[in-house]
Amino acid sequence: MAAAINDDRQAQIWARLQTVTDPELDEPVTDLKFVTAVEVDADNRVRIGFRLPTYWCAANFSFLMADDMRRAVLELPWVEAVEVTLGEHMYADKINAGLAQGLSFQETFGDEADGDLDEVRRTFLLKAFQRRQAALLAHLLDAGHRPEALVTLRFDDLTQLRFDEAGTTLLGRYLERRAVAAAADEPLAFVDADGDPLHAETLLTYVRALRRVDVNAEFNSALCRGLLHVRFDTETPITPRRTGLADQTSQLSA
Amino acid sequence: MYRTASGEEIFVIDGHTHFWDGSPANQKNVHGKQFIECFYAYHANLSPPEEKWTLEQFEKYDAQTMHDDLFVRGYDDMAILQSTYLTDFYNNGFNTVERNSALKKKHPERFILNGAFDPRDGNKGLEQLHADAEKYKLQGVKLYTAEWRGESKGYRLDDKDSYKFLEAAQKLGIKNIHVHKGPTIIPLNKDSFAVGDIDDVATSFQDLNFIVEHCGLPRLDDFCWIATQETNVYGGIAVALPFIHTRPAYFAHVMAELLFWIGPDKILYGSDYGIWTPKWLIDKFMAFEIPEELSKETGSVLTLETKKKILGLNAARLYDIDIEAQKKRIDAIGGYQHLAAAHAAE
Repeated sequence: MAAAINDDRQAQIWARLQTVTDPELDEPVTDLKFVTAVEVDADNRVRIGFRLPTYWCAANFSFLMADDMRRAVLELPWVEAVEVTLGEHMYADKINAGLAQGLSFQETFGDEADGDLDEVRRTFLLKAFQRRQAALLAHLLDAGHRPEALVTLRFDDLTQLRFDEAGTTLLGRYLERRAVAAAADEPLAFVDADGDPLHAETLLTYVRALRRVDVNAEFNSALCRGLLHVRFDTETPITPRRTGLADQTSQLSA
Repeated sequence: MYRTASGEEIFVIDGHTHFWDGSPANQKNVHGKQFIECFYAYHANLSPPEEKWTLEQFEKYDAQTMHDDLFVRGYDDMAILQSTYLTDFYNNGFNTVERNSALKKKHPERFILNGAFDPRDGNKGLEQLHADAEKYKLQGVKLYTAEWRGESKGYRLDDKDSYKFLEAAQKLGIKNIHVHKGPTIIPLNKDSFAVGDIDDVATSFQDLNFIVEHCGLPRLDDFCWIATQETNVYGGIAVALPFIHTRPAYFAHVMAELLFWIGPDKILYGSDYGIWTPKWLIDKFMAFEIPEELSKETGSVLTLETKKKILGLNAARLYDIDIEAQKKRIDAIGGYQHLAAAHAAE
């Protein structure tokens, strides 16, 4: 019984971690195999271990991901505390100490920073928005939608369009990030990074320009996955423990 | 020298090579160990299996191995030695201009020696730059903006101090500034790979050429944008090029983007030796074409003319290399004997 509960709690944590993305790659930290350990103790305190593709990965992204993981897991009502620990990184000690004390990035890095991570977070959310929007627009253009129709398409009508399976995924991804650039009451389905309407005559060039963001992210993703693979064993799955293994888990945590 | 099936000869200038010592004996601390191991991960991840070295081979190689890998086994005719100090990580530095100059001295017709400066070194650094420029007749420098110096973990090109060094470089006739972005640019809360500072100095120093190594990766998108705005910004394709083996589709996209945005005259080949070796990179590059669909979409085509520019003509222009004269010089010291033998065997 206890085993089943722990198993379920592990699964809930992994599900929350699935919502945390690497800001640069715009992919879940779980898919990227950054998360190495998830433990829950008898008092519902959670420990998460994570690793990165290189010792040198940028401090700001490393901190952001750790902080996002902590917040995401804390949203589970039963979780009492979350400890996130980064391994084998140039700033591991500093970041881990900062996280343990609940410090901000600025507080953690002192003179080496001149503010917190809001700006860099926004920059990369915008890139994710652009990348996801370009993918969806390219898909719609391919499907025969005309630029004139797309630039004036109402948000309410976007979700009413008929999508195939690939299109549905692209739509879902776009909707997750649309609010980064579009105001809450924005009636148009598509606006640019500044929240301004798009134009039919330049739509193809616009999508073409955003392709750079996409190519860049795909390239980085391939590089990061490869580097992680050389550095660590990424073949052995680290996933929510299934029944059977869970018995051991519960004994350990009991 | 690369020879096409039809017998046409292509002169190759390798824009990015290193003669480093990353061996445990030279490592000062864990950072030195992690630095060379990170390079090794790039090597091991992106090289074809038969081209992989052991970590020990990789940490330190001798001058003859490097010479042969580049010019005998490989197709390079000339190579640019990029100096990187990293004295906080390595006892004798990683890849200093002194270490590189020994190689240049031995093979003067093969190597172009680039120096380095660090604006955080202040007046002493300026004096050193003057001395190096005179001693080594520098035409270029390599800047690694993420280098650690005591408490400081990096600098920006648009800092006041960087301006002083760039002004000095300009006066000293150093016109090619190779820039490598790294992960520890201060302030740390900002995007450390952002290329905005290159945009700034490229505008301010119109007579200098800024060669952005690894074409701004991981900021290819931002790099393309600034490089289209600035006539004196170039992209080196070291690190992007080896993807030609593991991920040819991505490499095609990167090339299509670079050709579309910055054009064939501003892209420079580099092997990043010893991370990768020229032989397989160039074999694959010469055989490579951008897939038709992508070509149609972007208008980017990797023609033989474009390949010649990327492999040598663009660098020759930046470094005032008279290719025909240089060929004669190399031939005069027997540098092409291995080719004559190979061609006779065909």
